[in-house]
Amino acid sequence: MSRTTRDDRTGTRLAVTRRQFNLALGASAAALAAPAYLRHAIAAGPLKVGCLAPLSGFFAREGQGCKRGFDLAGPMLADMGMPVEIMIADTESNPDKARTAAEKAISDGAQVLIGTFVSGETAAVAQVAEQRGIPHVINIAAAPQITEQGYKFVFRNFATGPMLVKNGLGLIKELFVATGTTPKTAVFMHVNDTFGTAMQKGVGALFPKMEMPFEIVETIAYDEKAKDLSVEVAKAKATGAEILLPVSHGADAIMLVREMVKQRWEPMGIMTPGSPGVYEQQFYKTLGKYSEYVIANVPWIDPNKAMSKTLAEAFAKAFPDDMLELNVGFSFEALLIAADAHKRAGSADPTALADALRATRIDEHVMVGGPIQFNEKGQNVNIQSATLQNLDRQPKVVLPKASAAAEPVFPMPGWNDPKRA
Amino acid sequence: MSFEFVANVAIGGLLTGLVYALMALGLSVIFGVIRVVNFAHGEMAVLAMFAAFLLHQATGLDPVYAIPAVAAGLFVVGYLMQRHLVAPFVTRPEHEQFILLLAVAVLTTNGLLIVFGPEARGVILDYSFDSYAIGPLIIDKTKAIAAVTAFLAAMGLLLFFRYTRTGKAIRACADNLTGAQVVGMNVQRLYALTFGLGLACVGVAGCLLILIVEATPVLGPELTLLAFIIVIVGGLGSLAGALFGGVLIGMSEALAGIVVSPSMKSMVSFALLIVVLAVRPEGLLGKRRA
Amino acid sequence: MIATILDDLPLRERIALAVLLAFLVALPSVASDYWLSVVLIILYFAYVGQAWNLMMGIAGQLSLGHALYVGLGAYTAAALYVHFQLPPAIGLFVSMLIAAGAATVIGLLAFRFGIGGVYFALLTIAFAEFTRLAFSHFEWVGAMAGFFLPVENRAESDLINLRGSPVMFYYVILTLGVAAAVLVRLLAASRLGYYWLAIREDQEAAQASGVNTFAYKMIAVTISAAMTALGGVFLAFYYNNLFPSDIFGIHRSIEIILAPIIGGLGTFFGPVFGAFVLGLLGEGLTSAVEQTGIQTAGVKQLVYALVLLVIIKFVPGGLWPRVARSMGLGRRRDEP
Repeated sequence: MSRTTRDDRTGTRLAVTRRQFNLALGASAAALAAPAYLRHAIAAGPLKVGCLAPLSGFFAREGQGCKRGFDLAGPMLADMGMPVEIMIADTESNPDKARTAAEKAISDGAQVLIGTFVSGETAAVAQVAEQRGIPHVINIAAAPQITEQGYKFVFRNFATGPMLVKNGLGLIKELFVATGTTPKTAVFMHVNDTFGTAMQKGVGALFPKMEMPFEIVETIAYDEKAKDLSVEVAKAKATGAEILLPVSHGADAIMLVREMVKQRWEPMGIMTPGSPGVYEQQFYKTLGKYSEYVIANVPWIDPNKAMSKTLAEAFAKAFPDDMLELNVGFSFEALLIAADAHKRAGSADPTALADALRATRIDEHVMVGGPIQFNEKGQNVNIQSATLQNLDRQPKVVLPKASAAAEPVFPMPGWNDPKRA
Repeated sequence: MSFEFVANVAIGGLLTGLVYALMALGLSVIFGVIRVVNFAHGEMAVLAMFAAFLLHQATGLDPVYAIPAVAAGLFVVGYLMQRHLVAPFVTRPEHEQFILLLAVAVLTTNGLLIVFGPEARGVILDYSFDSYAIGPLIIDKTKAIAAVTAFLAAMGLLLFFRYTRTGKAIRACADNLTGAQVVGMNVQRLYALTFGLGLACVGVAGCLLILIVEATPVLGPELTLLAFIIVIVGGLGSLAGALFGGVLIGMSEALAGIVVSPSMKSMVSFALLIVVLAVRPEGLLGKRRA
Repeated sequence: MIATILDDLPLRERIALAVLLAFLVALPSVASDYWLSVVLIILYFAYVGQAWNLMMGIAGQLSLGHALYVGLGAYTAAALYVHFQLPPAIGLFVSMLIAAGAATVIGLLAFRFGIGGVYFALLTIAFAEFTRLAFSHFEWVGAMAGFFLPVENRAESDLINLRGSPVMFYYVILTLGVAAAVLVRLLAASRLGYYWLAIREDQEAAQASGVNTFAYKMIAVTISAAMTALGGVFLAFYYNNLFPSDIFGIHRSIEIILAPIIGGLGTFFGPVFGAFVLGLLGEGLTSAVEQTGIQTAGVKQLVYALVLLVIIKFVPGGLWPRVARSMGLGRRRDEP
């Protein structure tokens, strides 16, 4: 659909064509269905949100997950009396394109930006947002420096690398207590990109302070574009470490485990200190029985929260073939936060929105952890992680005990152990 | 650092190197004979990889058995490409050849992107998780199969060039174009055959590559660069050189990954290229051109 | 000096140039932010295309690794600014020096050892890739995580520190572009220019007549690198963030050479024309694809590549010479 927009400075009209409608979900229908009095309460119509995600390129799979979260948010927020107008843009897994997409979204009238999943891209978008004075709510990005720049318009509802590591290592300690077995040595492998290096720095800084019962004997970094991890896995095996702590994305997680099977390396366990990849459908499909027992310590959807149940139902209906995972959850929450701030601010003025965002306190949300709040740096420090273990080809929450759906298994059975179905 | 560790890594590098060498062989044939800078070489390999992947998806065919079909398909592609697209560019300046083949490369990459999407595609066979244990050595089964097949294919090509009439005719064009024309050889046809043969080689290599590496549409440029490095380091116009170059690059990168951070290991091939260009530009096994 | 620059230009061409310049100068007051940023990038590519053209058109060497100089220039000035508070107005000289140094090494390798043609092209790619990997591990400038300049208030224009609004950056790149064009014209008309012409036309004959081909080729290569590095400094301060995989990437090197080749290698206005054609084509394609609602990635690039194919097959000398002829602007005397 096309829309004309007025250039503020000179009144020149330019044809602009950058709006996506959620065809299947009829977001516009939902917004129109909102009662008249509610529509008045939302000053100047629904909040225009520019949702940026890597829909193509290297992170396309994860970006599509984020998009599913955005798609679901439209109708759900409308039902809650907080309609939003979602403009989705593709960052193409590229910081340059992300920057351009952000600028374009703002030119098209976006009043809040959300995105992007990729740390490098997010940092670039945050710069644009800060320069232009448009609020930016980060759905997913772990690089800590983004909230260390003294920005006034950037808010992050995701764990930083150090937070992920701290939560992850804490859960790992709990795991050993719960299962009664403690390894003595570990090898840490990470992908050498923005996310991986942020996690590695986090581990470097926090590990010594957390009194972990094991030591990390070696850290191995591999290229993000590596086609073959045989050398890396051989190196890891040669250390003789008892557990593997990987930080990876999807495809490399699969490569890692496959190499481990081929090279006959059977550590006591594989557990990520805070990275994804091991609970994705492709992981189960490709690795089959070898995907069992792998552990991820990541923020996750709290199965016990009311809003999570609503989200899960809506997701199952709209996307029966996909899995509800943290990309969806956090992308939904980002829109929830923006809409909530808009309601409280009563206007879409960027400074008013930013102030409202700063004062956010949302008790009813979707992810594991306390209420959504931002500290003076714009960071939400209440985000918790959960321990997920692949059991029966699904990620099951095994820790913390309160949210657990299954018992953790450690050490894991060998590759050819009959226990692996 | 134990012996097993180093040996296993070295063998892994050797095996992968052989498969890349086969891909580079195709380039050596094309560049060595026609002197055309095939900057779409890697993309053709990716095309072959996806073809093998597709056949596997549709019929469950092991990529090794898909070789005849894929190689034939790529032969046709190469033949037609040379005949109808590249032929007039053979005598044109290099930058024009480059732009032409760059356009072909970008077309191929984005065509694949549109059809297959950006995700990595691999082929999982029942032996994809297996390895041979020979004493202290552990050898990846798929790599071994791929490497042996690559070697056999390379030998086949060598025999073709040495003993068949067409093979000798092609070599004649490479050695002395004017002479070949004088004796009445149909150079255009021979060039088209050569390009076809070069890409057929790539077709075989692609079927083997999909066994050890996952296919993504954007893998092209990396493979093109690798092919050129192998050909230059090994020696242009020397088929043995391409094999040697592939193995050398494969092993040195793998062993470098032991010494430095594995994320740096690609720097070895570039460094090797620079050194070879400076010190022995005809390549390690190449013959000095008059 | 103006006389030298405009020397052999017929009145028609002078008017055309004046009109173009006037248009570009006036653009910020009528265009939207979006179009301003589009033309700004076009001017950037026109500028670096001009710089690359110097190496290609004179030294006759196809450099496919020019992103190396962009990256070196960008990182040097950015690092000096962030770590030592050295303003880019001074930092740019260091940038140019370092880039010139890299070019000297490459040039030495190439010209001393007689590496030419595709070998030289591969050499340049190897250097760029090697540097990319090196910077990916270079902690002092952020390594893979990227290097970020502190973002500051956009309203005021601070030329010394290159901080300001997009309009300021626009005028900076416009000035750079014009300055590059002037420089190239002046060089062409100088003694150096005639040596270059001789080398390009027939290197052996030139050598035989006593022209020090090695020295003059080296000069061309280092000037080209230094100019490109300046473009890198501009990018660093305009974008405020640098990623090694991005700025040293082979796709960047390819981007740089597209405009001059499509526009017309060896011609003076070719790179500029090429930059405008490609830039507008790219934006047009994006809009067109969006209009059709096609969401699949890769469609725009596919069409882009088809256009490239058609151009190189049917108009290999570049578009500008044809267009110029049809516009009655005539062929200029051979220019570097």
